[in-house]
Amino acid sequence: MSFFAFLGMQYDFQWSVLWTGERGQWLLQGILTTLRLSLTSWVIACALGILSGALRTVPWKPLRLLAAVYVEFFRNVPLLVWLFFWYFGVPQALPRAAQDWLNHHGPEFWSAVAGLSVYHGARISEVIRAGIQSVPKTLLEASVATGLSVLQAYRLIVVPIALRLIVPPATNESLNLLKNSSLALTIGVAELTFMTRQIETYTAKAFEALTAGTLIYLVLCLGIASIMGQVERRFRIPGLIARAGRAEH
Amino acid sequence: MIQFRGVNKWFGPLHVLKDIDLRVSPGEVLVVCGPSGSGKSTLIRCINKLEPIQRGEIVVDGMPLHDSATDITKLRAEVGMVFQQFNLYPHMTVLLNITLAPMKVRKHSREEAGRIARDLLAKVGIPEKAGQYPAQLSGGQQQRVAIARALAMQPKIMLFDEPTSALDPEMINEVLDVMVNLAKEGMTMIVVTHEMGFAKKVAHRVIFMDEGRIVEEGSPGEFFANPKEERTRAFLGKILVH
Repeated sequence: MSFFAFLGMQYDFQWSVLWTGERGQWLLQGILTTLRLSLTSWVIACALGILSGALRTVPWKPLRLLAAVYVEFFRNVPLLVWLFFWYFGVPQALPRAAQDWLNHHGPEFWSAVAGLSVYHGARISEVIRAGIQSVPKTLLEASVATGLSVLQAYRLIVVPIALRLIVPPATNESLNLLKNSSLALTIGVAELTFMTRQIETYTAKAFEALTAGTLIYLVLCLGIASIMGQVERRFRIPGLIARAGRAEH
Repeated sequence: MIQFRGVNKWFGPLHVLKDIDLRVSPGEVLVVCGPSGSGKSTLIRCINKLEPIQRGEIVVDGMPLHDSATDITKLRAEVGMVFQQFNLYPHMTVLLNITLAPMKVRKHSREEAGRIARDLLAKVGIPEKAGQYPAQLSGGQQQRVAIARALAMQPKIMLFDEPTSALDPEMINEVLDVMVNLAKEGMTMIVVTHEMGFAKKVAHRVIFMDEGRIVEEGSPGEFFANPKEERTRAFLGKILVH
């Protein structure tokens, strides 16, 4: 307090608003919801991304086209629009039973999962495609020349190598997904940003609440970057990837 | 064993194989040479259908390649191939490089595939490298692993696409020695190479290609001593001078 007073600021800091009463509970709930939302969406986005990214490189045009349509459709609409679409639009078109299921399991949460998954799936797809295309075509030839099917060659050779190459850009996309999950507050998901806004509304302590939110996102993202750095080192191909330039954490 | 009948292939407007007729018998060692761009690599890549052909017929081990009903993966299991750039799987150990296809295609157990792989590594002279990764090996060692990988499928035919062209000179012989032994064991081999010493030593027949055609063929003795075609003489003059 004295430091800010020294700068001539009159603001009265009350950091305790973050943990007094049920507000500590709010923050914790917000963190858990953000993690659950991001992790669920990330798993689905990766599955969609790996599948569509791989399909964009296969030697059969209809499949390539299908995957390209998915990518261009879902990455070229703003995420916010997707969230509104999946929350306000899609449920009405679902069959009765599905609507009932949704209403009992949190329609906000699952609409946010859908929006984040398809949007980031399309973006991860491009990362995967770049990775696969940087695996020399001759490796695919060598694999099928031994009698492996194209599917086996992709599963055992091409995709595992591509996944190793794309750890840095995939880390970027994962961090983006976590940060973009904050948009889910617009459809009423009580995630971290939602909770910091709620603390601000109840206490009028915007600086404290948003500082807490900022630092928590920072810590979460640094944690993910550090995990991905370890993944990168764990799966490094011996003798192949140079030591210089690897992730340092 | 292998039969080409009137084979033609185009890359877009480029006519890369022109009316190729060729027959390779079981146990034969055929060396293919010619200037770069003459179609020799394309020719052997047609034998396991890495390249499709547009006209003509290719029959390999009784299976017609031009027939879409032929199970191409089944055919490829019988035809081993060794590439100029080795093309080992960089994320797998030497042992796994060799055992992968026998386990996945031939459905061998891990133990059985491992036993075959270790025998082959001993045969190519690097039994101690089983646990290493390709990038930790020299070029010559990598190419010998690639040969072992192809042999692990117990193929009926082996194709070599310039197997020593990417190697430092002092490593060429270690790879050629393995190939010479293989030829002596009676393997059917088609070898694209400029190693004329190898051709003289083990080839039964040499063919010379230029601009997509087989210009000349003969036993190594007559091919090197009395080339009939002017283009063959010009080519041999250039590569044998030193």
